[in-house]
Amino acid sequence: MSEERELTMGAAIREALHHEMERDSTVIVMGEDVVGGAGSKLPDAEDCWGGPFGITGGLAGKFGRNRIRDTPISEAGFIGAAIGAAATGLRPVAALMFVDFFGIPMDQIFNQGAKIRYMFGGKAKVPVVIRAAIGGGINAAAQHSQCLYSIFAHIPGLKVVVPSTPYDAKGLMTAAIRDDDLVFFLEHKRLMGSKGHVPEESYVVPLGEALVRREGDDVTVVAIAKMIDLALSAADGLEAEGVNVEVIDPRSLSPLDGRTIVDSVEKTGRLVIVDEDTPRCNLATDIAALAADEAFYSLEAPIKRVTPPHTPVPFSPALENAYIPSEDRVVTAIREVMAA
Amino acid sequence: MEIPKEKLLEIYERMATIRQFEERVREEFAANRIPGFVHLYAGEEAVAVGVCAHLTDEDMITSTHRGHGHCIAKGVDVKAMMAELYGRATGVCKGKGGSMHIADLDRGMLGANGIVGGGIPLACGAALSAQVLGKDNVAVSFFGDGGANEGSFHEGLNLAGVWQLPAVFVAENNGWAESTSSDYSVAGADIAGRARAYGMRGEVVDGLDLFDVYEKAGKAIAAARAGEGPTLLECKTYRFYGHHEGDKQGYRSQEEVEEYRKNHCVIKNFRARTTDERALTDEELDEIETRVSESIESAVAYAADSPWPEPSDVTEDVYVDYKEVL
Repeated sequence: MSEERELTMGAAIREALHHEMERDSTVIVMGEDVVGGAGSKLPDAEDCWGGPFGITGGLAGKFGRNRIRDTPISEAGFIGAAIGAAATGLRPVAALMFVDFFGIPMDQIFNQGAKIRYMFGGKAKVPVVIRAAIGGGINAAAQHSQCLYSIFAHIPGLKVVVPSTPYDAKGLMTAAIRDDDLVFFLEHKRLMGSKGHVPEESYVVPLGEALVRREGDDVTVVAIAKMIDLALSAADGLEAEGVNVEVIDPRSLSPLDGRTIVDSVEKTGRLVIVDEDTPRCNLATDIAALAADEAFYSLEAPIKRVTPPHTPVPFSPALENAYIPSEDRVVTAIREVMAA
Repeated sequence: MEIPKEKLLEIYERMATIRQFEERVREEFAANRIPGFVHLYAGEEAVAVGVCAHLTDEDMITSTHRGHGHCIAKGVDVKAMMAELYGRATGVCKGKGGSMHIADLDRGMLGANGIVGGGIPLACGAALSAQVLGKDNVAVSFFGDGGANEGSFHEGLNLAGVWQLPAVFVAENNGWAESTSSDYSVAGADIAGRARAYGMRGEVVDGLDLFDVYEKAGKAIAAARAGEGPTLLECKTYRFYGHHEGDKQGYRSQEEVEEYRKNHCVIKNFRARTTDERALTDEELDEIETRVSESIESAVAYAADSPWPEPSDVTEDVYVDYKEVL
């Protein structure tokens, strides 16, 4: 029965939050409109919002507004408070809404949260999860469409996970909440409604373990979040041409499972990386450097990176469609490394 | 404060333009002709128009995600605005920005903003430019009750207080930050009271009364222009539609919305007062409504007929000058 059960990625994340709040009374959730209707005079206003995609709706009825609390629009304040609370006994899950808003609380995140353990000589821990929506494709323009995970992966002390399936989303959220470090949990907007098998019981997908989504011998494609769908679809199309593509989903960007990637490149000799984040100093660059360091003598072709251009995300569909990597571009990159 | 007839007519035209623009944007969005998100300003027209009536093209404003009203009040062309919402190359920002990022520096419009509170320090910067360059211009920042809870509000106001910047901060308190009541999220009795902490004048304004906004904003802007420093105005207002189009509004009752539409419609009340006092006639106002209606119609036609941007435009406008060699 459980094997046929399907949930959306959003529902899978909600289920993980529900399980963990039930399991551990120190887990709290906070953010702008995570419940909704705070201060409303209507008796049934609770859960009228539930966060931007309704993910945290329905939790307040069970756990109360003391454990799932709406905040003022004060990101530096409540994310900093989440970090301070984490250092003093709680396990907060803080919702930043859109990742583009990270600039507001960033000092609390990268100078405080990321460094507290190190600066204090290992005498503190900061078990916080920061949830945020990432990615383009809904014409939300330059301040509501970015990925930005490379910035977080760059900073020592932060962990970064980016699920691409409902199954992984639930297991990674569970792992992130139980993890004793600060974890960015990034949810691609165009994956939130995607459905997949999710067991009812609680389970963990460990941080730092990549998943080979499709096996192949000819070329390795590493893709992140929504880009996985392009990679899998490109791989299916190229099969008819006799090209066997291996598709790897890193799932965690920090820690990164470099072993799985390097092993694959050693097998295939070719690497394409598909990353929706802007190209300079992004994960594609990071993974390309890893392969160049660790698997250079196995490479039979130059490494190809498929990314957007070095620009902000444009609003107009005519521009955004040209901005986000397309399946055609992934296919072209694979053909190029196969021809080399 | 006596308002000259010509000004009254202009004020009415701007308010009517905002209302009709927003009602039409709502329809266009519902029909999937406008992509992305839209946040409508209908109901709050008196604030943007009552404030901007005192500004010139050289005075700068900063705005919010709910920015269409500020743009129109400041004189941004509605055709270019509609084309921007449509994502067309003829848009005021060439289709790059969309609803939340409309800007037109020639009209003194320094941008709507997708970041809550994002415009407040920018307005301080515009005021600083005027101060340093020795101009008598002012900067006005519009933001919501939600924005007043951001650090940028507190830092911006402190800076303006310290430097006695020619700035006016206009908190548009429409009661709701998304679904969260300002009664819940704003500590202290009101936002205006926070002015005292930063050594500036603070005043509560009836944002649903054009005349109250016009008078109090006029004084604040005149003081800023005269070198007497910044003011914080809290305009109590109400939005007729949800936070964004698609918001089911489970946090407030339909009766409450109807009550505001019926008894606190800034346009209806302005019309009643000006015609009662025989300052304006129904004929004059009807003529404006007709003219506005035609201008909105032609804005939609212009947008719909405009070309899409070219894909190669994606990489334009990131920098003024940027050369990478491979």
